[in-house]
Amino acid sequence: MTSARAYYSVVLVKQVPDTHNISGDVMKEDGTINRSALPAIFNPEDLNALEMALQVRERYGGTVTVVTMGPAMAAEVLRESLYRGADRVVLLSDRRFAGADTLATSYTLKCAIEKLGHFDLVFCGRQAIDGDTAQVGPQTAEKLGIPQITYAESIVSLEGDEIVAQRAFPLGKEWVKASLPCLLTVIASANRPRPASVRKQIEHKLAAAPMEYKSLLSRWPEFETEEKLDAYLAAHNLKIPLWTADDVGADADKLGLGGSPTQVHKVDFVVLESTESKQVPADQEGIAALMQELVKEYIVG
Amino acid sequence: MTSNRDVWVFVEQEEGKIADVSLELLAKGQELAQKLNSQVCGVLAGYQIEELADKCIHHGADRVLLADHPELEIYRTLPYARVAADWARERRPYVFLFGATPIGRDLAPRVASSLRVGLTADCTDLQIGDYESKKAKQVYPDLLYQIRPAFGGNVIATIVNPNTRPQMATVREGVMRRRDPDTTRRGLVEKIEPTFDVRDLVLQVLSREVRESQVNLKGAPIVVAGGAGVGSQENFELIQELAHILGGEVGASRAAVDAGLVSREHQVGQTGVTVRPRLYIAAGISGAIQHRAGMSESAKIIAINTDPNAPIFQIAHYKIVGDLAEVIPMMIRAFREKAK
Repeated sequence: MTSARAYYSVVLVKQVPDTHNISGDVMKEDGTINRSALPAIFNPEDLNALEMALQVRERYGGTVTVVTMGPAMAAEVLRESLYRGADRVVLLSDRRFAGADTLATSYTLKCAIEKLGHFDLVFCGRQAIDGDTAQVGPQTAEKLGIPQITYAESIVSLEGDEIVAQRAFPLGKEWVKASLPCLLTVIASANRPRPASVRKQIEHKLAAAPMEYKSLLSRWPEFETEEKLDAYLAAHNLKIPLWTADDVGADADKLGLGGSPTQVHKVDFVVLESTESKQVPADQEGIAALMQELVKEYIVG
Repeated sequence: MTSNRDVWVFVEQEEGKIADVSLELLAKGQELAQKLNSQVCGVLAGYQIEELADKCIHHGADRVLLADHPELEIYRTLPYARVAADWARERRPYVFLFGATPIGRDLAPRVASSLRVGLTADCTDLQIGDYESKKAKQVYPDLLYQIRPAFGGNVIATIVNPNTRPQMATVREGVMRRRDPDTTRRGLVEKIEPTFDVRDLVLQVLSREVRESQVNLKGAPIVVAGGAGVGSQENFELIQELAHILGGEVGASRAAVDAGLVSREHQVGQTGVTVRPRLYIAAGISGAIQHRAGMSESAKIIAINTDPNAPIFQIAHYKIVGDLAEVIPMMIRAFREKAK
């Protein structure tokens, strides 16, 4: 028997455009997304991943570190993570990361995770709602050389260097045991993510990454200069670390658009082909005539 | 190592049964291979599954690469990824396709990462065509066009992998048509003994519960589907009732599933099931392309929506502008009277 121990978790999260509520011209010429045209939200299943990591910490001890890759505004999901109880957050941001497909993204995340130091568990949402690919989790696990448990619904137990987890699919469940470290992709049915804590929200309201100082100063002019703001945030443990490609020791050839083997050939806006159609009045007579026609044509009945 | 022009299909099997999507991909693979003047190869892994190789050939494979090993009895990411990636690394096929099932979506990214090649998820169409890269000032002939709705289904993106081989994609179940098995087809079955690293075996399956689907959307002649506009559980019961009396199946848009009105098994669309019924009734569904991708080939479409500008009306054969809570009871009544 191994004795109980604490577990160190990394949670990979993504800020995504709210694709459930979009309209208009949101795609750029090169097929990438004009994110600024859309409200940005915490990817829903990444909140489930964060919740699972927080529950592990509550049960076994340890820490929860949240990492995201994105532009300055992505720091918002890191603040959201702090409000929910993350111990530490890191923003990966660099022009050279832009245009990354899942392979380049997973490489970048792998470099960042390795820089964080010792970890037992990596959590991410099963998929992000902007691409629905579900690829970054498994690809990051492969790059780290660790096993993956996709579609994870719950952690049954952690004991020593072993995890037992339950996976859930549309048509079944599976219980697996794996050695740590291990990466889990978490599904929406796993848990109900906790809301932000008001106390933590007040504590971390000012948390900011260096790229945000300029806009922060316009809201908090009392700090006067970026240097003073930086000194204040650093002194109060509110500075969100910003890591660039050089900080994580990434090979520039494997990053961003250049490190992405997939290319967008073209993007077509969907033109609906009008079908010859009949307007059916929404009254009993109209509906009765419709049903009669369907019966007559052997479509129903 | 240079690539040949072969098209590989990962043949997913569980307990000796080949997944429908794999049979669909073998047929599609054959079509692509003919354009490329090459062959389709089924990649089949499992334990005591040798007899499935013939079935792959009957459905379109010219060759089958077979790994039959006790460690492959139940699907696990790492041993399967070892087999698929090692073979692909050694032989560099031109194209490597997987079903976009829980297994395919677990395995394909692991294999693609290991091979350091591109992967496109959830394709709804595959074609062969040329690609001109303005940046590289080069034309790449005969690439695999990996076509998928993107960005919440608002656009259709065509993705290519100009420089890496194999060109990898996962493909939605139900979007390609399988062929009738041809039992006279002959092909080569090549059995390869896999070798596993101890690190491939660090995960064990303790137990599983698999249930048969209670929902048969793909085979249903009539589908009555509800969307966000349904609003309440009570209204969704009207949809269920109409489906029941018409002898059809209940479908749903992602919005209705996300709202908890019905289980995910009922979801039609890009991230759900693709259906081609005789009649599709879309109630309270606005018709985002995400949804239309899964039902636009239905023979007849009836759309019921309060918004006369809902995109669903543009593909509907019968448009009913009205409240489904009133319209569906009328349909039920009218049908009951006809049936008398």
